[in-house]
Amino acid sequence: MFGKFAQYLVYDLLGMTQGARLSGAVEFFIYDTIKIFLLLSVIIFAVSVIRSYFPPERTKRILSHKKEFIGNILAALLGVVTPFCSCSAVPLFIGFIEAGVPLGVTFSFLISSPMVNEVAVVLLWGLFGWKVALIYMGVGLLVAILAGLIIGKLKLERWVEEYVYQIKSMGAAADAVKQSFKDRLVYARENTTDILKKVWAYVLVAIGIGGFIHGYVPEDFLVKYAGPQNHFGVPIAVALGVPLYSNVAGVIPIVYALMEKGMSMGTVLAFMMAVTALSLPEMIILRKVLKMKLLAAFVGIMTVTIIGVGYLFNAIL
Amino acid sequence: MEIKVLGPGCANCHKMEELAKTAVQELGIEAKIEKITDIGQIAMHGILSTPGLIVNGKIRHSGKPLPSLEKVKELIKAAS
Repeated sequence: MFGKFAQYLVYDLLGMTQGARLSGAVEFFIYDTIKIFLLLSVIIFAVSVIRSYFPPERTKRILSHKKEFIGNILAALLGVVTPFCSCSAVPLFIGFIEAGVPLGVTFSFLISSPMVNEVAVVLLWGLFGWKVALIYMGVGLLVAILAGLIIGKLKLERWVEEYVYQIKSMGAAADAVKQSFKDRLVYARENTTDILKKVWAYVLVAIGIGGFIHGYVPEDFLVKYAGPQNHFGVPIAVALGVPLYSNVAGVIPIVYALMEKGMSMGTVLAFMMAVTALSLPEMIILRKVLKMKLLAAFVGIMTVTIIGVGYLFNAIL
Repeated sequence: MEIKVLGPGCANCHKMEELAKTAVQELGIEAKIEKITDIGQIAMHGILSTPGLIVNGKIRHSGKPLPSLEKVKELIKAAS
């Protein structure tokens, strides 16, 4: 349906010549733009409605005093649907610890939340197909669960700033406001416009790269340097990704270009996770509650885990 | 009436404070608006995502997106 519309727009309305390289690119661009923005709107809206049932306060109650492992899995899953932005990382961290959420479980949540979310899934689905989207989601959850489990097993509680344990919540009744279903729909609509406003430019750039650079750079440009045959591709991609920081939408254009030009899937996914999950601004914010040692351990464990899954996927895909 | 706006100083937290002030003005009620920016204090109040709005000791809003002015008025009225 969108294909027909894109063809009509390009060849009938704009009168471009069929079969030419430029008009093909324009058609591809229009088709992808419509498809991805429609997907984005529908899915962000649906996820926002689900989200309204899982405010951080509720997630905290669910995870409080949960056993490790089950707790880590739950935390990673809840990270996908619980709204959270890195500027709230500190109150969230303190609130979780204070409510008796184990440290490793708290980390599973903090890792999965910015890395695995509906925007990432939709963009990967729209640009690379549903298989890649599912793989990314699975791998992201796996990294969040594993890294949280390791932090829990190492018993690093002593590397959390002492004052965190002294804070006692006055427990201002959080569930005071009842939301009607209509309230939830209003929230979902506002959240969808909010997110779309933030990501639309990146998405257009990503689609633009697909549409226009497509035929101009050789397909296997990167294969020599970062294809499956290069054993150091994954660590190099992760090392490059850690200092870089962007949200999921921002990194997608780069990911698109890398994949188009022959970088192997595991390497690309590892790069994407390193960029979204580890960021300098978030580290600076988390330094307020974590001692330097724990922060370093966190970055180290994440880096190793991401490199591990990168290799794993290069091996099986 | 006691209103607390909680947030470390991000753009949305300032907007929240403005919203609360305007709402109080338009409702024509007596209210003390307090801004809480200390992270520990914010957590102590039970706010997990900022900005937060507490009216007479009860959390009325937390996180993004911000409520509309009409909604803020409703939240304040409901508490009084």
